[in-house]
Amino acid sequence: MTLLAVENLRIDLASGDKRHVAVDEVSFEIARGETFGLVGESGCGKSITALAIMGLLQRPLMIGGGAIRLDGRAIQDLDQDELQRLRGKRLAMIFQEPMTALNPLLPVGRQIAEMFILHEGASWREAERRAIEVLARVRVPAPELRARDFPHQLSGGMRQRVMIAIALACSPDLLIADEPTTALDVTVQSEIIDLMRELCAANGTAILMISHDLGLVASMCRAVGVMYAGRLVEVRSSADVFKAPAHPYTRGLVASLPRLGSRAAVGQRRLQEISGVVPSIAGFPPGCRFNPRCERATDVCRTDEPAITSLAGGGFVRCHHHG
Amino acid sequence: MKLGANLIIGGALFLLAIVVGILAPWIAHTDPVMDANLMFAEEPPGREFWFGTDAQGRDIYSRVVHGARISLTVGVFAQLINTIIGTALGLSAGYWGGWWDDFVTGLTNLLLAIPSLIFALAIMAILGPGLTSLLIALGLTNWSFTCRLARASALSLKSQSYVQASKVLGYSHFRIMLTQLLPNMLGPLIVIGTLGMGGTILAEAALSFLGLGIRPPYPSWGSMLSEARDQITTAPWLSVFPGMAIFLTVLGLNLLGDGLRDILDPQSRSRRL
Repeated sequence: MTLLAVENLRIDLASGDKRHVAVDEVSFEIARGETFGLVGESGCGKSITALAIMGLLQRPLMIGGGAIRLDGRAIQDLDQDELQRLRGKRLAMIFQEPMTALNPLLPVGRQIAEMFILHEGASWREAERRAIEVLARVRVPAPELRARDFPHQLSGGMRQRVMIAIALACSPDLLIADEPTTALDVTVQSEIIDLMRELCAANGTAILMISHDLGLVASMCRAVGVMYAGRLVEVRSSADVFKAPAHPYTRGLVASLPRLGSRAAVGQRRLQEISGVVPSIAGFPPGCRFNPRCERATDVCRTDEPAITSLAGGGFVRCHHHG
Repeated sequence: MKLGANLIIGGALFLLAIVVGILAPWIAHTDPVMDANLMFAEEPPGREFWFGTDAQGRDIYSRVVHGARISLTVGVFAQLINTIIGTALGLSAGYWGGWWDDFVTGLTNLLLAIPSLIFALAIMAILGPGLTSLLIALGLTNWSFTCRLARASALSLKSQSYVQASKVLGYSHFRIMLTQLLPNMLGPLIVIGTLGMGGTILAEAALSFLGLGIRPPYPSWGSMLSEARDQITTAPWLSVFPGMAIFLTVLGLNLLGDGLRDILDPQSRSRRL
């Protein structure tokens, strides 16, 4: 059953009299309990897509077209109060920076307890008790003591656990994780990812994972959407993306991952890169937006926008020369 | 945490003034209003009358002690009103932005453009003298700095990611302002509130000196100065002691404010390290 459907989403950026299109023709679906990853470089529009889903786009950004549906209801049609009740209860989000995403002046236990008071009308005593339970669930040792700690007394990994505890406190239907492990050590990273995956599976919470790390996303998510310059260029199952990336950009991303035992990892060969830079939204190149950086670009790529091509085994790619 | 000398000295002076005000009926030697005795008019300070007596023979020591009650009541409560008004307006303006922000900023600038003492004088002239009018006049005219501070803090705090995060978690705007913004701007607000209290006490003294605050025969430090004006050469003790009381209390509050800033402002703390 489809939980979240993003249909032809367009996000506009108004600057002065001009309107730039920051995100365009983005469509994907997430079923209940499913994991979906959005991958792309900085500035490709993945984070503002997440904010649009939360209903938190702020001027100068605004939804320019398309629809975001949660259980079939378009969230653009909801008023502010309804949105507010959705956020935290049915939609939750984890941020990149666990250092700054917690209020420095409140004990972490209280910040978790606030969710029960806010969304479930629990009493103080009840909320505090459940906050300790949730801390135990995210495997914070000695949760009764840690609940009284302030954010600065906890390590980065502990703080991210607290963030997860807050986000999952009310068992939301969808968890958006925006680069949840970028600020953490690699060893802590895998613990946090395992924890998220386990808790979400137990709760039936779907995950929308946003990252620039294709390896991380592919290991965690069933399906992956690759974004480039405000558009989805390829949507596939994680396994297919790694085995046979269809879009040249995806191929570049896969090739630029160091792999254990490969010649590049051993140091015999340079790791591959995608040359060039991401185009600015003020002036996307005509034709395919990836053409200035693409090895396979031909004349048609410089004049015509590629259409969406469905692929065998599910998913699609947006390229004239895919495969 | 090591407490600074400012904090200790300032806190001690302010605490002394409060204790004197509270204990006034017990530590005063005579009733400040009723015990006039022309037999002892204009006695210089001595063993019996520590601070001397005035033209009506009233004990200046007792009057200064009782004056602390009025000066501190006005200073504390008028400043409290200022802080509440300034914080509410500044916090909401910084958080909401838009036309409300323009309105509040305009109002603040308007208030800053009018000398606050003149404005307070005008209000006193309309309401008439008395303690309540003093509280209203001084409480409504000195909130502009607090308002600016609260607005600036709200502007910088609202882009902090924990404020963004609380939006994502479904907090209402009111709850965000109350639980996320207010606690995090409390430090500087306390500092500016303490410093402003000294100014409010001075303003009360000035209004009473001009005859629009506390009316004689009730003693406030400002009204005592006003009465002592004519005898400043012949009986200087009439003005010296209330003047000293104002000076020490305001000095204490300013030192206390600086001391609190050293503790509460992380930037000035790191500078000292």
